[in-house]
Amino acid sequence: MKRPRVLIVDDSSVMRKIVERSLRQAGIDLGEVVEAGNGIEALAAVREGPFDVILSDINMPAMDGIEFLRQLMTIDAAKGTPVIMVTTEGSESRVVEALSIGAKGYIRKPFTSDQIKERVAPLLEVLR
Amino acid sequence: MNSALDSKNQNTVRPDEFWGALLDCATKEVFQLMVQTELTTLTGTIEGTPAGDTTAMVGLAGALCGVLSIRCDARTAESIAGRMLGSVGAVNPDEVPDALAEICNMVAGNFKSKITRLADNCMLSVPMVIRGEDYEMVAIADGEQIVVCLGYETREIWIAIAVHP
Repeated sequence: MKRPRVLIVDDSSVMRKIVERSLRQAGIDLGEVVEAGNGIEALAAVREGPFDVILSDINMPAMDGIEFLRQLMTIDAAKGTPVIMVTTEGSESRVVEALSIGAKGYIRKPFTSDQIKERVAPLLEVLR
Repeated sequence: MNSALDSKNQNTVRPDEFWGALLDCATKEVFQLMVQTELTTLTGTIEGTPAGDTTAMVGLAGALCGVLSIRCDARTAESIAGRMLGSVGAVNPDEVPDALAEICNMVAGNFKSKITRLADNCMLSVPMVIRGEDYEMVAIADGEQIVVCLGYETREIWIAIAVHP
C-alpha cells in the first residue's frame, strides 16, 4: 500500500501535532505529513504537490477553512483530493456549507483517534 | 418598539440555572478526550475568585455575546499542554499558550453545542491567551457571569462565561 501524503491545516501547532498523532494511533501508516497554519499556506502546499487526504480546521485567521476549500476546488489537480473538516464549530450551517463545497466529512473537536480512523481510513482505501 | 431591537431580543439566548452544569460537563468532556484527565467539581467547596497567571479566552458573538475564559496557574497550563501532546519531558514553552487556547476553544464549542439555540447562532472568535501575574478579570458591567471551578490533579482551573447584557 502506498503511504498517504497528508496535509494538516490548523492555526494551532498543538492541534496539528494532535491530529497527526491521532492518525498514527488510528493505525494509519503515514507518508509525508505537511502542516499549514491557515488556508493561504495550505493552498501554497497544494500547489507544490498532490495530497492523498487533507484535514482542515474551519476557524482560522488570514484564510478560514471554508474559503480554503472553495479555492481548493478551483485547482484542477486538487479537485479529487478528499478533505475532512476538523473543527470546534458546532454550527451546522458552517459544516453543511463545507460539505456542499466538496468536503468529504467532518470531525468535531474534541475527538478520539477512533473517530479520526472512522472518517479518514475509508478515504485511503483507494490507495490499497 | 424598534423592530430591529425586538428581533435582536427574540434571538438572544440568556443564561439559565442549568448553564453552570453544562459548562462543568462541557469542560470535563474536553479534558477527558484531549488531556486524558478526569476533572473534579470543586464549585461550592472552595472560596475565592478566579486566580492564576494564565488565561485563555474565546469571544462569543451572535445569539450570545460575551467571553468564555479558562484560568489556571502556569504549572497547570504546562501540565495540560504536556498531556495533550503526550510529552514525556519538558514541553516547548511556546506550545503552552497554544494548548490552553485550543482547550478554551473546544470548551466554548462543546458548550454552545449543548444549547440548541446557540449551536447554529453563535460564532466563536480566534482564541487568545494572557500571561502574567497579579491581574484581575473584570466582568462586563451589568452582564451575567457563570463561574465554575474544577480540580485538575491537586490544583484548580476556573472556567467562566461573562455574558454581555
